[in-house]
Amino acid sequence: MADQDAQRTAATGPGRILVVVYGIFALAATSRAAVQISTKWHEAPLAYTLSAVAAVIYIVATVALARRGETSFRLAVAAVGIELLGVLVVGTLSVFDQEAFPDATVWSGYGQGYLFIPLVLPIIGLLWLRRTARR
Amino acid sequence: MITGFGVAVAVSAAVVAVWAFVSAARGREPGRALLGALGVVEALLVAQLVIGIVLLISGDRPHSMVTYLAYLVGSLVILPVGTVWALAERSRSSTVILGVACLAIPVMVERIHQIWGAGNG
Repeated sequence: MADQDAQRTAATGPGRILVVVYGIFALAATSRAAVQISTKWHEAPLAYTLSAVAAVIYIVATVALARRGETSFRLAVAAVGIELLGVLVVGTLSVFDQEAFPDATVWSGYGQGYLFIPLVLPIIGLLWLRRTARR
Repeated sequence: MITGFGVAVAVSAAVVAVWAFVSAARGREPGRALLGALGVVEALLVAQLVIGIVLLISGDRPHSMVTYLAYLVGSLVILPVGTVWALAERSRSSTVILGVACLAIPVMVERIHQIWGAGNG
């Protein structure tokens, strides 16, 4: 059983779909942050910093979910957990303090600019990781 | 940017996405026909890159050159990478993956046209 544990992976069956959705969000968040920071950094430094942080978390989550092994599994749990926290905190801040968020980040309005997928994705991610852990 | 062509690319990608989801719902693994259709969409994206470069050479300029080129080239990567990932473990999930990858294309095309249009009204 130890052998199987060492090979534990979330990226099998439907879990592979999850990885692709994460990959697309990594791409979307990274390009969005790159554009915001390179063209209009001074307009909303807080929002654009969070954009960049979101991009990094999506990249880490994508890679960690796609890879095998215990370390990747823990990293995936951490990244997806931080992502859920991020979308909740940034979502709430963006609703109450629109001054700081004149331009949307991936997580603004709980991800409403992206069909709320950023809010649903980490929940599905954590559920899937829990299932992976039990297998 | 040529709007009609962009719409054609986006619509064809959306059609292939629907095809993939229907096929996955019927429990199918990705077949040759579906992969061929993905190839057609990718060919259209290459054509879009060529059109984009020709427009640049002929003197038109997008709002932000770096962003524009990044999105043009980036749009080419999604389907091949998605296909490799999908086929590494074949199941009905592979078919869903191809559909998800296709869904990203209309969004990319829309962004490309947005970036182009921002400078040219």
